[in-house]
Amino acid sequence: MVGGVRSSSDADADGTEMTTAVSFRGVERHFGHVRAVDGLDLEVAEGEFFAMLGPSGSGKTTCLRLIAGFEQPSAGRIEIFGEEVAGVPAYRRPVNTVFQDYALFPHMNVLENVCYGLKIRRMARRERHRLGREALALVKLAGMETRKPSQLSGGQRQRVALARALVVRPKVLLLDEPLGALDLKLREEMQGELKGLHRTLGLTFVFVTHDQGEALSMADRVAVFNHGRMVQVGSPEEIYERPRTRFVADFVGGSNVIEPKVVREWLGGTPRAASLRPEKVAVLGAGYTPPEGAIAVEATVAEVLYHGAMNRIELATGIGRLVAATAASGGPNLTAGMPVRAVFAPEALHLMDEA
Amino acid sequence: MSSGAIAIGTPRDGLLRRISDVLLARRGFYLLLLLVPPLLWLGVVYLGSLFALLAESLFSIDDFSGVVVREPTLSTFAQLLQPANFDVIVRTIVIAATVTVLAVIVAFPIAYYAARYARGRWKAAFYLAIMMPLWSSYLVKVYAWKLLLAKEGAIGWLMNSVGLRWLLDSILALPTVGGPSLSTSYIGMVLVFLYLWIPFMVLPVQAALERVPVSLIEASGDLGASPRQTFRTVILPLALPGVVAGAIFTFSLTLGDYIVPEIVGPSSLILGQVVYIQQGTAGNIPLAAAFSVVPIVIMGLLLTLAKRMGAFDAL
Repeated sequence: MVGGVRSSSDADADGTEMTTAVSFRGVERHFGHVRAVDGLDLEVAEGEFFAMLGPSGSGKTTCLRLIAGFEQPSAGRIEIFGEEVAGVPAYRRPVNTVFQDYALFPHMNVLENVCYGLKIRRMARRERHRLGREALALVKLAGMETRKPSQLSGGQRQRVALARALVVRPKVLLLDEPLGALDLKLREEMQGELKGLHRTLGLTFVFVTHDQGEALSMADRVAVFNHGRMVQVGSPEEIYERPRTRFVADFVGGSNVIEPKVVREWLGGTPRAASLRPEKVAVLGAGYTPPEGAIAVEATVAEVLYHGAMNRIELATGIGRLVAATAASGGPNLTAGMPVRAVFAPEALHLMDEA
Repeated sequence: MSSGAIAIGTPRDGLLRRISDVLLARRGFYLLLLLVPPLLWLGVVYLGSLFALLAESLFSIDDFSGVVVREPTLSTFAQLLQPANFDVIVRTIVIAATVTVLAVIVAFPIAYYAARYARGRWKAAFYLAIMMPLWSSYLVKVYAWKLLLAKEGAIGWLMNSVGLRWLLDSILALPTVGGPSLSTSYIGMVLVFLYLWIPFMVLPVQAALERVPVSLIEASGDLGASPRQTFRTVILPLALPGVVAGAIFTFSLTLGDYIVPEIVGPSSLILGQVVYIQQGTAGNIPLAAAFSVVPIVIMGLLLTLAKRMGAFDAL
């Protein structure tokens, strides 16, 4: 029912069509002395599922609000489908938002909530109710039309919010931590559904989250935010496998960060910090010999945390704390205080930009 | 530290301790104990005396002896429909409605500002400004207004000195609502009522507006509604319970007041004054009681109407 609205599209040098849905050029947003967004350049392609990932206060939500028009930039230029939007109020922008708290109108029933945007556009009652019902069917809420938001569960409210934003056919759908308030089971279900909706509708999704798992599993591209700056942007694999800074390595999946001095000892070359993913670290009992060419570090087991399929093993070593993730079954029986060796291939070390 | 742990395990004995254990174990009983005094007050002292008063309205007065005849009759209520009495009722309703409408118009922007924009010191200043008039005596305020509104009063003087005497005169020349001076006109009376009851309108409206989450207003704009449309379709419906609560205050307070119309306004009577005169000087308790049924009926009708119109849907 909702299709991506094709507008001004420009051809790339090599001829492939590539439209920019949202672009930020040197965008700043200050609140008093706080630089919530600090010199941001960003491009979201049309039809992309773009995640903004970062801890609270990193500026990701402010970015979303800048696109929606709830905030105006202190400096810089924001374009939506090639049009500068400075001074354009939220109600005249071709984007719609799914709010973190859903922001359903408590005095309207589900269908009225969904049809609100169409009513504002003065669409005839019959037509808007038809579209509203379609949108509700799309989010699997058919039959709930006359309920009040207060009679719905959190997951259902979230679907209403989604239907309400989709029914007005936005060019860009903004999602502000939409799954934050749901329990784990529902969250995983909704992740799948959002991904499916994105595929069927072909819309541009800009998704804000502090949950790295959510960002990695759903997005085409992930931008990692910290202190109002975008520290890295790339595909989920890039972000996960090749973090550029200590912050990204640690925030996205809790990588081990190896200090430059140690890295130079092992690999030579210019001193740079390296990230080492926990699942690439094997833990060998004292009696076993490490394979040829592997790096082995003497360690003591500090803590073993059971995570279902995986065990998370915290090791105390001469180069600081190391975390290893091993399959819960089949490995040696580890207990705290046991002397072991942490073993990994040199290729497992990913050199970062930071020293 | 071990002695401390033991002390937690074994409570001290004592009557108070045992009573508190019983109360904690039986929450219903505890609640009942807390509710008995207010329920007695509400049930017996308040509702009881109200019904006793209403019962009076079913009696009549012997015109010749002036003695209350304690036999149920509707003749006292029939008296309400006599032109002189009915006029009082209509006049009072019109005044109360005018005061209420004006109060909404004046109070809403104040409440809106306080709820949406005022922060910190400004919020404190707002509460102070709204509440402070309530700290001084009601009579003092009414007499102060009489002085302001009098022919030689501050308002007349000000109008004179800025050369707007003609404006004041032409307002006072209006039929019915005008008069010899502001202090003896309906305009003056309505102004005083408006001043007196404005806090009772501002506070509930502000409370209602404050409960409207900012995200709802943003969501409305996000879906394409201009600020004006958002106000009409989101903010106003959600603030309506507050407006209705405020309107109940201003309307019923005006319906029952008998001091303001004594001091400010024309000589024609309004409802409160008639109740006052009938139960006092005239000694006609049944008619006074019948008159006091009028505001109750009107308020009942208004609330039913408001509910029908969905004013409480957002609650």
